[in-house]
Amino acid sequence: MTLLRVENLTKRFGGITANEAISFEINPGMIVGLIGPNGAGKTTLFNCIAGSARPTSGQIWLKDRNITGLPPEQCAQAGVARTFQIARTFTSMSAIENVMVGGFLFDRSVSRVRSDAMQLLGLVNLAHQAGKPASSMTISEQRRLAVARALAIRPRLLLMDEVMAGLNPTEVREMVAAVCKIRDLGISCLIVEHVLEGIMPIADNIVVLDYGKKIADGPPAQVSNDAAVIAAYLGDE
Amino acid sequence: MNSPNHASGQLAGPMLGNTFRWWHVLASLLLVIAVFFPLLEKNPSHQNLVILMLMAAQLGVAWNIVGGYAGQVSLGQAAFYGLGAYTSTLLFTRLGISPWLAIPAGGLVSAGVSVLVGWSCFRLKGHYFAMATIAVAEIIQVIFTNWDYAGAAVGLNLPMEEGWKTLTFSSKEPYYYLSLALLLLTLCVNWAIEKSFLGYYFRAIKDEPDAACSLGVNLRRYKLFAFAISSFFTALGGSLYAQKELYIDPGSVLQTGLSIKMALVAILGGVGTLFGPLFGAVILTLIEEGSRILFGGSGRGTDLIVYAALIVLIAVYYPNGVVGWLRGFVGRRNAVRVGPASGAAR
Repeated sequence: MTLLRVENLTKRFGGITANEAISFEINPGMIVGLIGPNGAGKTTLFNCIAGSARPTSGQIWLKDRNITGLPPEQCAQAGVARTFQIARTFTSMSAIENVMVGGFLFDRSVSRVRSDAMQLLGLVNLAHQAGKPASSMTISEQRRLAVARALAIRPRLLLMDEVMAGLNPTEVREMVAAVCKIRDLGISCLIVEHVLEGIMPIADNIVVLDYGKKIADGPPAQVSNDAAVIAAYLGDE
Repeated sequence: MNSPNHASGQLAGPMLGNTFRWWHVLASLLLVIAVFFPLLEKNPSHQNLVILMLMAAQLGVAWNIVGGYAGQVSLGQAAFYGLGAYTSTLLFTRLGISPWLAIPAGGLVSAGVSVLVGWSCFRLKGHYFAMATIAVAEIIQVIFTNWDYAGAAVGLNLPMEEGWKTLTFSSKEPYYYLSLALLLLTLCVNWAIEKSFLGYYFRAIKDEPDAACSLGVNLRRYKLFAFAISSFFTALGGSLYAQKELYIDPGSVLQTGLSIKMALVAILGGVGTLFGPLFGAVILTLIEEGSRILFGGSGRGTDLIVYAALIVLIAVYYPNGVVGWLRGFVGRRNAVRVGPASGAAR
């Protein structure tokens, strides 16, 4: 049974069509990469699934629930978590308090939420920094903190927007390890990524966008040999 | 990379521990002094000065819930102060309802109106929300200035019938204990909010509203809740003022300066901190009363100029408020004591 089903999704901003009739599916426990050149419509598609933008037409189904056009907080309740391109850390809080904000969605007990948050910090390798002011963490740590925070709402699908951009090779490896651990928990991941090196080795499936349209969809090996994909990235002859 | 585990543990441990114990000692000491103060100080004008501080502190704490914790800066809280004062006074003088019921009723009316106001105004963000609240406060002031049933521009008098039944007294002591009790109640509610999930949600909304939203926080619902709680307690403060002065008019309970003062008390003391407004209230009341006593005689508003200049100076040199300054002080002292490790962690 598919977890996420995007059907004919179109999003227009005035005269500009950011996404045109895009369809794809994500199965439970899958890592799916959403790639494409600058301006391909990756973030727009992503925002539509997360509820930050309302699609012009088309539908989005999470299991058997239609989540098309729901506001972000209801998408979160339905089981869709997300991270942002910039970390959007709660800077007045410590690391663990950041994660706790997510935990309160389904549990209002501060002590239980705190111990759950501690486990999630362990998952992204930040347990030793729990009491540290989040504002003083590095970009890489803040990215992983944002992932832990998103996981705290107990999602079925985690959307990650350029989660590896600007990280050095060591930090990319740490992030990749965290993503694999999340997949092992049975949570599907949809990762928007501009840099292909980070996503290609771990993705089960890759969806490629170009000029708002889906030009390829399949396992990484197949997609990276696709003529249309090569043309989009390297240009036509 | 030298063991970050060790360093962060040291930073978080003693710093939190120390400030915590420090607050406890100071708070209980202040509470004991506060309870016995009227027995030690019999001069009514000195008692009145402390009552003014307590009342200002209570309003600052109430403002802090929406303006400090949730980060929705309202500069129209005088509207809810006045609504509380007018509702309880009208219910008492026109309908004969006991202040014990009329005052909470005033709080509920204010909270209700704040939800109506917030429903539309929370579409606006940042400065625009602040501007909208100023406009709402002005509208309410105009309505009460022209509303005959509510005394219009002449205002309303409360009858002088002394006793706990009518909450009217000729001496200062009862008002002292009433304002102290109201301050403690407001502080307790604020503390409970801070410790519960609401405190986390409010700070999340203030820090990063989009991220809060993506974690399932319904922004409008929790902003409205903060606004309603804040307005409820602001209204109780207004009703207490009416009971104490036995006279209200739009100029005394609905004026814009009052809204600014509530925000200033919290901002000078420490935005989004539990005890910040207490410091802010003491400082602001001393400056206000002191400049009036020293410079008020000229009749040319010199006291207001001095008052404003001192506020500007504090805002420039202590932008994080008194509590922010104290925290920085305690943090630096611990950093020195713990050694260079915690410095590296920062």
